[in-house]
Amino acid sequence: MSEPAIYTRGLSRRFGELVAVDQLDLAIPVGTIYGFLGPNGSGKSTCIRMLTGLLLPSAGEIAVLGLKIPGQAEALRRRVGYMTQKFSLYDDLSVRENLVFVGQIYGLGAKAVRDRIRELLGIYQLEALAGRYAGTLSGGQKQRLALAAATLHRPDLLFLDEPTSAVDPENRREFWEKLFDLCEGGTSILVSTHYMDEAERCHGLAILENGVKRADGSPEQLMTDMGVSVLEVAAPGLRELKTRLLALDGIRSAAQLGLRLRVLVAAQVADPVGYLRQYLPELLTGAEINRVRPNLEDVFVSCTGGRERP
Amino acid sequence: MNSLRRIQAVMVKEFRQLSRDRLTFAMVVMVPLIQLLLFGYAINTKVRDIPVALVDQAATGQSRELVARLEASQLVTFSERLAHPRDAETAIVTGRVRAALILPADLERRRQDGRPRGQWLVDGSDTLIASAILQLANLPEDPRQIRPQGNLEVTLLFNPERRAAVNIIPGLIGVILTMTMVLFTASAIVRERERGNLELLITTPVRPMELMVGKIIPYIFAGLVQLVIILGLGYFIFAVPLNGSPLQLLLATLLFIAASLVLGLVISTLAKSQLQAMQMTVFVLIPSILLSGFMFPFDGMPVAAQWLAEGLPATHYMRLARGILLRDADLQALAPDALWLGGFTLLGLGVAARRFRKRLD
Repeated sequence: MSEPAIYTRGLSRRFGELVAVDQLDLAIPVGTIYGFLGPNGSGKSTCIRMLTGLLLPSAGEIAVLGLKIPGQAEALRRRVGYMTQKFSLYDDLSVRENLVFVGQIYGLGAKAVRDRIRELLGIYQLEALAGRYAGTLSGGQKQRLALAAATLHRPDLLFLDEPTSAVDPENRREFWEKLFDLCEGGTSILVSTHYMDEAERCHGLAILENGVKRADGSPEQLMTDMGVSVLEVAAPGLRELKTRLLALDGIRSAAQLGLRLRVLVAAQVADPVGYLRQYLPELLTGAEINRVRPNLEDVFVSCTGGRERP
Repeated sequence: MNSLRRIQAVMVKEFRQLSRDRLTFAMVVMVPLIQLLLFGYAINTKVRDIPVALVDQAATGQSRELVARLEASQLVTFSERLAHPRDAETAIVTGRVRAALILPADLERRRQDGRPRGQWLVDGSDTLIASAILQLANLPEDPRQIRPQGNLEVTLLFNPERRAAVNIIPGLIGVILTMTMVLFTASAIVRERERGNLELLITTPVRPMELMVGKIIPYIFAGLVQLVIILGLGYFIFAVPLNGSPLQLLLATLLFIAASLVLGLVISTLAKSQLQAMQMTVFVLIPSILLSGFMFPFDGMPVAAQWLAEGLPATHYMRLARGILLRDADLQALAPDALWLGGFTLLGLGVAARRFRKRLD
């Protein structure tokens, strides 16, 4: 395999006492969409900022697209695009003016800028909005504009910091279609998120908690390897059942979903359904217990020990 | 009663926030402190130690006695001795001295004839200084006898009617430009930071110096528009003469605009919010009005205030603008001030670009 798009070893960052990122090792292959999944404060943004050279690491090495960071950060800037968590284009410039500005900052010639903007306005359905001030756009429109601006100079690598936090599910799906198009075109993408459905779309994934990588791999692999069995219990008195279940050693977590309880049982328990019935017979008489396919949220909960939920 | 409780809630919250906002707190304490201590000394409408030149063609005991008596008044200091009245005029035009005393060779005979013994050439552009010297010229020779005639003749150069507007308008250009130019750029970088634009900007290949220069240039035009408005109003409404060459004035003003914008940029890299930038601008603005020579003669201020004033672009521009507009001086004659403004601009640009890091930590 060729050299990874992003490589880090022992990457750490402290803010005073707080360790925001702790001993992070990454090797993200070229041409994939890689996700950082974690709750707020888990170190996703700090990590992306170190990878783009905006923050100096306290310790560790970084190589992005083969360039040593922070030493070669300036050289990297021409080859990466960065979409910030907060909309960071100019509210008081129109869509077209914003794109022209970005194009010129990246040193594109007048004709190249014009042609590229025409193309981008088409791709991101912004033609009708070209004259509108960016500040007047909706969340989804702003996000398309930000993606257009971040990809204007055709970067090899795209950093997206919680790109869809201000967007409805419909727009989110469309946005991901655009990301897959970009990936198809050869762009590597690193995206941070706290949405499970979004994380599930990534080719590879790192689950972060308190600055520590708890697990990584493809979503499927993570679900297979997670080391717990997932049960869904439908029974009366779910609140009490939940409290009683959590007191048992073999139970990793229990979360209510409407009329059912989703229970994660440690993999060491050979017969999870029998285990439940054995220990809580009085509450589970007549209850319906099914073993179900794990999802990414289960992976997340089992990785982080259910201490935090994204 | 509920109303009182709510007022109290707001009041306590406001006190808490005030005590945590160090810059606002500093303003509460520092503004009166500085104003009173420093400006109390500096603001001095009584003029003292005006630098003047002496052309003593008589060089007799009589003339020396006269000079000594004038100097004893502490109103003037003879800072230059020149051979010829022409040199004296040059010294006034370049602003080295504010007036020159010319004592002709036949000083003694003129006194006996009851004719004026000598002549004061006075830079009339600063009315405070002009009146001080007029007063001095009428000083009786012998304090015991009042005999005003036969003393010294006074010629007011540049502003014979002693109209205040003539002196104030060139100074106003400096004050207005300080106020607007510094404020424009002081908020320039902070604004990008506050709105979140900066995080995008620093991930692009733009260099700090490119960003600084690009931010300044539009405001130079804004400054020139203001210049035209002030001069136009001054000329058509207050009949301020435009003695100097427009090109010289343009060059001097460009230097000053650039220096002020750069000062704003430096503030912008120091301030953490637009409000802070505004407050810091006030700290620059107050001395620019009070110490630059705009309101009170520079020569009358104590040395400490003069030192502080020399650090402000407005002080140097005040001299340039008055020199060019009122005395028809050119930049060559006023080179020290022009060079100072140029140097300030370059240095400030360097400082601002160095302070601006393309990083978030």
